[in-house]
Amino acid sequence: MSYDKPKFHHPLLKKNKVGYIKTDYEGVISTLCAGCGHDSISGAIVQACYEISLEPHRLAKLSGIGCSSKTPTYFLSNSHGFNSVHGRMPSITTGANMANRDLIYLGVSGDGDTASIGMGQFVHAIRRNLNMVYIVMNNGCYGLTKGQDSATADFGSVSKAGSDNPYQAIDLAGLALELNATFVGRSFSGDKTQLVPMIKAAMAHPGFAFLDVISPCVTFNNNAGSTKSYSHVREHIESTSIFDFVPKEEEITIDYPEGESAELELFDGSKIQLSKLAPDWNPTDRFSAVNRLHASKARGQILTGLLYINTDSKDLHGKLNTVDKPLNKLTQEELCPGSEALEKVNASFR
Amino acid sequence: MKPTNINDPEYFHKVVDCQYACPAHTPVPEYIRLIAAQRYTEAYMINWESNVFPGVLGRTCDRPCEPACRRGRVEEEPVAICRLKRVAADNKGEVKSLMPQGPFTPNGKKIALIGGGPASLTVARDLAPLGYELHLYDEWKKGGGMMRTQIPAFRLPEEVLDEEVNYILDMGIHTHFNTYVESMKEILEKDYDVVFVGTGAPRGRALKLPGYEEAKANIQIGIEYLANVAFEHTDKIGEKVIVLGGGNTAMDCCRTSKRLGGKDVTVVVRSPRKDMKASPWEIEDAEREDIVILNNMPPKEFVVENGKLKGVIFGKVRAEYAENGKRTLIPTGEPDVFIEADDVIIAIGQDNAFPWIERDLGIEFGKWDIPVLDKTTFQSTLPKVFFGGDAAFGPENVITAVAHGHHAAISIDLFCNEKNLMDRPPPMTNLVSQKMGIHEWTYDNYIAIDPRYQVPHEDKSISLKDRKIEVELGFDEKVGFKEAQRCLNCDVQTVFETNLCIECDACTDVCPTDCITFTKNGEEEELRTRLNAPALNLSQDLYISDVLPTKRVMIKDEDVCLHCGLCAERCPTAAWDMKKYLYNTPKTYNFNETGSCCK
Repeated sequence: MSYDKPKFHHPLLKKNKVGYIKTDYEGVISTLCAGCGHDSISGAIVQACYEISLEPHRLAKLSGIGCSSKTPTYFLSNSHGFNSVHGRMPSITTGANMANRDLIYLGVSGDGDTASIGMGQFVHAIRRNLNMVYIVMNNGCYGLTKGQDSATADFGSVSKAGSDNPYQAIDLAGLALELNATFVGRSFSGDKTQLVPMIKAAMAHPGFAFLDVISPCVTFNNNAGSTKSYSHVREHIESTSIFDFVPKEEEITIDYPEGESAELELFDGSKIQLSKLAPDWNPTDRFSAVNRLHASKARGQILTGLLYINTDSKDLHGKLNTVDKPLNKLTQEELCPGSEALEKVNASFR
Repeated sequence: MKPTNINDPEYFHKVVDCQYACPAHTPVPEYIRLIAAQRYTEAYMINWESNVFPGVLGRTCDRPCEPACRRGRVEEEPVAICRLKRVAADNKGEVKSLMPQGPFTPNGKKIALIGGGPASLTVARDLAPLGYELHLYDEWKKGGGMMRTQIPAFRLPEEVLDEEVNYILDMGIHTHFNTYVESMKEILEKDYDVVFVGTGAPRGRALKLPGYEEAKANIQIGIEYLANVAFEHTDKIGEKVIVLGGGNTAMDCCRTSKRLGGKDVTVVVRSPRKDMKASPWEIEDAEREDIVILNNMPPKEFVVENGKLKGVIFGKVRAEYAENGKRTLIPTGEPDVFIEADDVIIAIGQDNAFPWIERDLGIEFGKWDIPVLDKTTFQSTLPKVFFGGDAAFGPENVITAVAHGHHAAISIDLFCNEKNLMDRPPPMTNLVSQKMGIHEWTYDNYIAIDPRYQVPHEDKSISLKDRKIEVELGFDEKVGFKEAQRCLNCDVQTVFETNLCIECDACTDVCPTDCITFTKNGEEEELRTRLNAPALNLSQDLYISDVLPTKRVMIKDEDVCLHCGLCAERCPTAAWDMKKYLYNTPKTYNFNETGSCCK
């Protein structure tokens, strides 16, 4: 078994705008099961960060507990990281974000970490529109404790041991939509052409960007009858749109057929390019997203792609009207401007 | 593109770059692993089977394998394959009992081998176990040919050569030494079933510039000079020596001169340094011995004073290259240079020469007096006469001569059995999984950044005193192990099974050099533009799978694959497996059966 990855890389790899090659965004070799969907998501994160020329020190990766929450070790070794308590990643991220609004926050969680023990934290992070990317690596089971059904396992999905799941699933994307999350997407670990641009767009979104990524557990939930196996997802996947993310200052190069295409400008000037595949769906109309989601589900299909985006998102700092400068950089002079300033404030109340 | 046919024996052979580049196709990674395991005897026998002279070649090979080595594509320098071969030869145990044991039952066929060099000796070794009666003719008193006359003892100790020549001669070869064959007609009149000509390219080129006739007493031809030194007919030279030429013979001449009394030894080459034919390491070794190498200076005249050589006048040129790469040397207009010399050695090339073959025997000769041969069978236009080594297609090197020997031996055996010479036996190939457990392989698959190790040299003050003191000392066991660990095990192939793949991307994600891409199929040229990493090395194949359930194909660029096995380790369904590919070129005799090696 290899415990280390060779340090060699392809000699002709291109550097991105900030001078790094893709390998510079990788982490140590994964200790997850061979073929785990989570590793593909890690790969997509690496690819996305390389492509947007992220300076690694500008990102903090946070996680809770579980297979999913181990993954930050396997990507972005040169970024900040915090592996928190089970289900508590959102509150740690909230604190970090409040203290330093300059970083990009990438929260990584699993279906157990989010839909069970961390549900209370998850919904409040949505409610506050905390500026972060929240990725759920969703495999419908507790892989780390030998594959019991999780709260996102679909009703009737067959476990590896052979029993049907008697409980209704929590649809995390549906829940996020219900709670007015400002960016909701769903993807599949086996589809990087969709996942990579979606991660890039989520990072550019100012507010809570939720990505529910179906990520098959090869060891415990890749059996016949499971609704989260590689083959089931591939057979039942459908997409709202062909999706591309165009960073600020870059030309749009892909032409989509007229009428079906849409272009959404994000806060920082970057754009999302869509070629709609789903009828009666509008990415900025929350009701149409909810309807599409339910319609697909009723047909036994898995709807992926960007589901909803609020282009007027105002994140928690905006709601709290905090200063532009990160709070952790405020000096004593700025925080205690002196008695003269106090006099002025007091005078304003007289 | 069509799916790759991995059943074609040449596909995976090509991936083992070193072996593929070797004229004799020695299974290099196989013996390097054995060296790392301190199984020197077996490593030696693998070499012996394939290249016949491991001890000789471990010191003197032209090393076509090294520029081909994959490590040279991901790191500065290739694995020191040649020096590792020497580690096996230096540390081996008793090997003679592992070789075919005579006496062999005679098969009634008689073969004459003209010339006692590597080509003839290889033919002899390949045919002796089959019961052929082999008669080896050579003008010198010992066998070895150019290996003995042209390679100085400080690069190849005589006892190393003797040992390996004798392994063959001891197989019951009838030797006719001190016998210069003067007439092919006479040989053909004897009752030989086949005559094999391995007489090399024995004629050194002369350079008859003005003053040559007068200075002749102090002008020597390089290959003759080296032969005379080897047989101790020459044991001294003047203090000031000029060597003309930029090949390996020139390097051997200058270094030999340094040991026979030469103090100011200068090599003068008419072409730029980068065009010199000498191997880089031989140039380095010469310069380490304070030999000056001057470039861009063609000789113009031998200067004679009082009937004795005084020196040589050189012009000055620069090289210009046409678009097709053709070089022209253009005088720079600078004044000529005079260099003093007591002796001049001319080492500007050598040619084939067959003054002893009558031209009315049915053996046709083509351009440059080179015999007309079938490129596969080495048969001449006279069916019972075969050629090999430098005598066949002009000057090459030892390992090429050995390869020729193997091919010719097969032809001769087919010929003597009245079979079709084009009906060549196929190579022996074997593809075996190296899996020992879920993530365990039989080979050491971790690949570290690890620059090439330096080989120690004998102190100059000692080695220059005696031409028989070997300069390069070889790796000791410890360094040999480290160097062996640099081998990427390119013979352990990444084998892909399309119907097992679930397209989880794990291999793509983990591959350190981004070799693997899953994408839609296309034409090669266009495909190469949309792989995960640039695939610009067109000499390296793309390995393409059948169509997968998502209508994509797996494409692996073989170019910089480290053979680290991570794709197979991270594959949940064993669609990837690491399988060792053994490729042995066909031989007349299965030497493996007597040797204990590499079964």
